[in-house]
Amino acid sequence: MSRPRTLLLAALALCAAGSVFSGSINPYYHDILIMIGINILLAASLNLIIGHTGQFSLGHAGFMAVGAYSSAWITIAWGASAGWLAYLSALFAGGVAAAAAGLAVGVPSLRLRGDYLAIVTLGFGEIIKGVIQNAEPLGAQRGLGGMAQHTNFFWTFACVALAIYGITTLVHSTYGSGFLAVRDDEIAAEAMGINTTKYKVLAFVIGAFVAGIAGGLYAHFKQFIHPEGFSFLRSVDIVVMVILGGMGSTAGVCLAAVVLTVLPEFLRSVSDYPWLPAPVRELAENRMILYSILIVVLMLTRPQGLFGKLDFGRKKP
Amino acid sequence: MNILELKRVTMQFGGLKCVSDLTLRVDANELVGLIGPNGAGKTTVFNLVTGVYRPSSGTIRFLGRNVAGRRPYQITGRGIARTFQNIRLFGSLSVFDNVRTACNMHLRHGISHALLRGRGFRAEEEEIRATVMGFLEVFELADLRGRPANSLAYGDQRRLEIVRALATRPKLLLLDEPAAGMNPSEKDRLMTLIRLTKEKFHLAILLVEHDMRVVMGICERIVVLDYGTKIAEGPPDEIRRDPRVIAAYLGEEAA
Amino acid sequence: MIEFLQQLVNGLSQGAIYALIALGYTMVFGVLRFINFAHGDIYMIGAFAGFYSAPKLLALAGGGPSFAGAALVLVAAMALCAAAGVLIERVCYRPLRAQPRLTVLIAAIGVSLLLENGGQFAFGADPQAFPEIIADSAIDLPASWGEFSLLTITVGQVIVLGSTAVLLLALRAVVLHTRTGMAMRALSLNPLAASLMGVNTDAVVSFTFAVGSAMAGAAGILTAIQQPSIDPLMGINAGLKAFVAAVLGGIGNIPGAALGGVLIGILEALVVGYISPTYRDPIVFAVLIVVLLVRPSGLLGKPEREKV
Ligand SMILES: Nc1ncnc2c1ncn2[C@@H]1O[C@H](COP(=O)(O)OP(=O)(O)O)[C@@H](O)[C@H]1O
Ligand SMILES: [Mg+2]
Repeated sequence: MSRPRTLLLAALALCAAGSVFSGSINPYYHDILIMIGINILLAASLNLIIGHTGQFSLGHAGFMAVGAYSSAWITIAWGASAGWLAYLSALFAGGVAAAAAGLAVGVPSLRLRGDYLAIVTLGFGEIIKGVIQNAEPLGAQRGLGGMAQHTNFFWTFACVALAIYGITTLVHSTYGSGFLAVRDDEIAAEAMGINTTKYKVLAFVIGAFVAGIAGGLYAHFKQFIHPEGFSFLRSVDIVVMVILGGMGSTAGVCLAAVVLTVLPEFLRSVSDYPWLPAPVRELAENRMILYSILIVVLMLTRPQGLFGKLDFGRKKP
Repeated sequence: MNILELKRVTMQFGGLKCVSDLTLRVDANELVGLIGPNGAGKTTVFNLVTGVYRPSSGTIRFLGRNVAGRRPYQITGRGIARTFQNIRLFGSLSVFDNVRTACNMHLRHGISHALLRGRGFRAEEEEIRATVMGFLEVFELADLRGRPANSLAYGDQRRLEIVRALATRPKLLLLDEPAAGMNPSEKDRLMTLIRLTKEKFHLAILLVEHDMRVVMGICERIVVLDYGTKIAEGPPDEIRRDPRVIAAYLGEEAA
Repeated sequence: MIEFLQQLVNGLSQGAIYALIALGYTMVFGVLRFINFAHGDIYMIGAFAGFYSAPKLLALAGGGPSFAGAALVLVAAMALCAAAGVLIERVCYRPLRAQPRLTVLIAAIGVSLLLENGGQFAFGADPQAFPEIIADSAIDLPASWGEFSLLTITVGQVIVLGSTAVLLLALRAVVLHTRTGMAMRALSLNPLAASLMGVNTDAVVSFTFAVGSAMAGAAGILTAIQQPSIDPLMGINAGLKAFVAAVLGGIGNIPGAALGGVLIGILEALVVGYISPTYRDPIVFAVLIVVLLVRPSGLLGKPEREKV
């Protein structure tokens, strides 16, 4: 058995062990943990598209929306009796639906690059949102609720472990070197016999699939989803995680997802401490201002990302 | 037996004919030089043969089959590899990974195997590692295997491009000014390497090069382009004395 | 027929706003090849500059809504936005010029979030009523126009279209006939050659940001004249649409931005009028995607081919 698979099994075992204790964690921390897992999935999958394949995408929240709404629609249709098997099937179906959307977005990536691709992916995200806003069966502008809370610590982090394993093993394989070649130089990649079309579309499809799973987890965690929650500002949040984590570095991007999920909560708690000086609390209360300043300052001081070239282990050749 | 055959190929950009009515042939296991002043259309010929451009008219046949209009990766798949005049390595990838990408097209195992990491997949990855290291050793790049390609010295980058092209296991190799930017001793080493490569891998080579010592030293036949048309063709000694060739080059120097 | 014309008129006046904002996107893209994500928020800054300066400037112009007062407010907002644009470029973008474009793009996203959140902090999150700087009433169309006299055309719409036309012509004159304009065009054609020929890149970039931001500031005031409710997040949607307009017209191409703005404005008006407001954004983006698939460099843009 190869090392990556051993690590995966160990991680899954850890998830199972963790889920035994997750019931006794303070619910507030438990919720943050789940959001960390969901954001890791989103950031790692977008990193495959932007960081590894070099296709700039501003529509990741759209894929998440497709997964969230599809899976929610399925579990709602199956009713309260649906068990965890039904939930897992719904998650998977949501991922597949999102992957189909990724295929649709991937195709323009063949003709467009850079900023044009950015606006098109952004447009796709907004179209998905717009379609949901007009779809009565999905609750339209009111949002969709009534899903059972199936998502728990185990399922979330099992998905995280699988996704990180999958993405890492893929980009480290000879097969996956196609993604990296497309990112570094498309013309040279073609000259190496690499079908750049296939790899670009594949990156969108896999990235969208994982984002769709994250959406399904989210829908069955919050039990209420609203089209505005999947706007392009949400996509921007995910892009920021990828950039701060250091594009193409899966480990760094996951860490950034953790930091950026915890930071607002941390600042929220800071503003609650009465013994802190008033200006500090006031500053912490305006955490969105701090967040935006942080982005600018980090880009100015650490354009390669927070953690440099951090990566999950790969054997030296 | 010819393996590459261009018949009356013309390439037009807007109103400008960069290659006009070119007929050219490369035989199996032959080393042909393609020379001509700057802007003569040599790189454009490479771009036509490798599918980066589609010819305005004419046919390009490789191993008897028409390749004009195919995508570049498909043409590489049929056995044509190239290097670029302006080096196009995968800058952020290591030397090892640069060569490894060239093995991508020959993979027997697909994406599901890469995810499941079964025994067959791991055996193939190990095989590829050995192949890549073999190539790197022949070209004396093995010690640099972990370095990002864009951190290499210029001459090493040029050699790495050749290794990477060879790793696609081509039948025809197109080299676009491989000696550019090298010092005389590097050029000598390069000439030896090109000859050795040709013999070792049973290749046909089409070589674009400005350094006449290199071209005259290793090419068996030379084709001269000027303003997109073929003005001379023949063995090195003949080309050296051809008045049209001298005029074309003198014209360039006078300008 | 009249209803259709009415939608066209409404679309045209909204399109003019988009065109003004789109100019900034396209000009900056022309010289720096990057999307200034914060540009839409400059438009918001323009509106708030007008909001705070209007009372004093109107008093200066004799009190009460007047052309002179409105012109003063417009100029003040344009000047302030120009300064803001130059400052942002100087502090946040210039140090990153050698970095990959994605890095600058993220910095721009950060600036955009900062302006939006800082705006909510400084101006309050709730919409504010923009003071009346010029009486915006419907114009009585002469009865001799027959059926067409039924159209509703407001003073505001006329001012918007008139000012936009004047600003576009002025911009054209600057770009085509001044030294700085020529330097700007040179820079967008070939940055290296331009700097070798002695073009002062930094100065031209600052100038581009100044002009583009001033246009966005003007758009902020012109919008507020027609829809006197402004809020710190008003730049998000307008900026997005203007960005779409710039890409539709061919980003980097100045006439393209104006054309794209007008087309998007009219398209939106028609969708709202004949289909449903809820389909406005999806249809705008769908049209953009279709256009880009057919013409990957937009309507007036020239394809850029990579040299191999
Ligand atoms: N994509 C293109 N568009 C327009 N002109 C081109 C293009 N590619 C090459 N050319 C022109 O074709 C001519 C030949 O170029 P090239 O093949 O690079 O010459 P060489 O390699 O012999 O120096 C040059 O004048 C060049 O400007
Ligand atoms: Mg050349």
